[in-house]
Amino acid sequence: MDYRPGILKVLHAVAGEEINPEPDESLFSSGLLDSFTLPDFVSGLEQEFSITVPDSDLSARKFDTVEKVETYLEDKVS
Amino acid sequence: MAFLRGFGKYLPERVVTNDELAAVCGVEAEWILSASGIRERRYAADAETVASLATSAANDCLTRCSLEAAELGMIIVASGSPDRYTPGPAAMVAQALGLNSTPALDVPVASAGSLIAMAMASQFAGTVGPVLVIGSEIMSRRVERTPEGKNTAILFGDGAGAVLIHPGEGLARILDHVLRTDGSAAEILRIEDRHLHMDGGSVILQALRKIPAAMKELMDRHSISPEQIGTVIMHQANLNLIQRVAKVSGIALERFPVNIDHYGNTSSASLLIAAAEWNEGRNDLPVDGHLLFAAFGAGLNWGALLASSAKE
Repeated sequence: MDYRPGILKVLHAVAGEEINPEPDESLFSSGLLDSFTLPDFVSGLEQEFSITVPDSDLSARKFDTVEKVETYLEDKVS
Repeated sequence: MAFLRGFGKYLPERVVTNDELAAVCGVEAEWILSASGIRERRYAADAETVASLATSAANDCLTRCSLEAAELGMIIVASGSPDRYTPGPAAMVAQALGLNSTPALDVPVASAGSLIAMAMASQFAGTVGPVLVIGSEIMSRRVERTPEGKNTAILFGDGAGAVLIHPGEGLARILDHVLRTDGSAAEILRIEDRHLHMDGGSVILQALRKIPAAMKELMDRHSISPEQIGTVIMHQANLNLIQRVAKVSGIALERFPVNIDHYGNTSSASLLIAAAEWNEGRNDLPVDGHLLFAAFGAGLNWGALLASSAKE
């Protein structure tokens, strides 16, 4: 399954702009996310992919790049 | 049974503005304000210690409650930034208050320590008598005021707050509490080698889920709706976090007293400094309705405490 379109959809909604970062580009370093938009990004992913992110997965590192989010979703959705 | 009898506080004199910090951290003063809601914070003088700040807040609280130190059954001091590893500040505070046999315990938990201490005190008060709870921190000695340390340096300040938990009378009766600990994320917020280490994004992610959950657990347990909560005294970590907790919990933001703009994040002291100022603003009158306290901190430790009108 290609998760990238859904990830970018959520990212654009949260960041408020349609910037498409490189898959390995830090969403924090690039300024697309910060500490207070990250919770919205995670909530958006939960809704978009009908998953629940447990407290044990609430680490910024897991959601730092599009690639990492894809890896997480592959593990979570399958 | 246990009651919130009264509060006290102490803030060091030195005011550190965003302009002063911005210059050494290589950021804009406006960015500090927008990222945190903080305009200024207080720093302890070189001669001040966590114990001396705590003693000043303790004396303020005892004076406001018209209680002599000798009448205390116990002292509990919460601090994540103690002057030394052991003994902690509690014994020094007891000594400074002229006590040499009253039990004095330390709760070395940054940010959530004073909430934990309040819950402990509510359990002890009926047995030992009035318990003085103090949160005291000198976080300015745990951060690096450099461009590399800017993400924590801009947030933290120094101060102390206190509350007297009384077994027989007070402004409000403590009904219940929720305390939780999850060590699996301990690394995201810790003080190690005298330096604060914080993964801010992960801390906010965790706090934004755990604080409202603890508050909801207490409200559900007592069949209290968000509309019935009169006031929420929350750990003053970040204005944005307080605003988001208000939104998630369904409790109007104006019911959350906020003083982070003046003092920054004073870790475990912030809950009781905020409570003291809230109580001063209402002229020490008995609480009418429900009062919630909520905090989140290193450990991870988090929780909430519910108090209500003393008449009920």
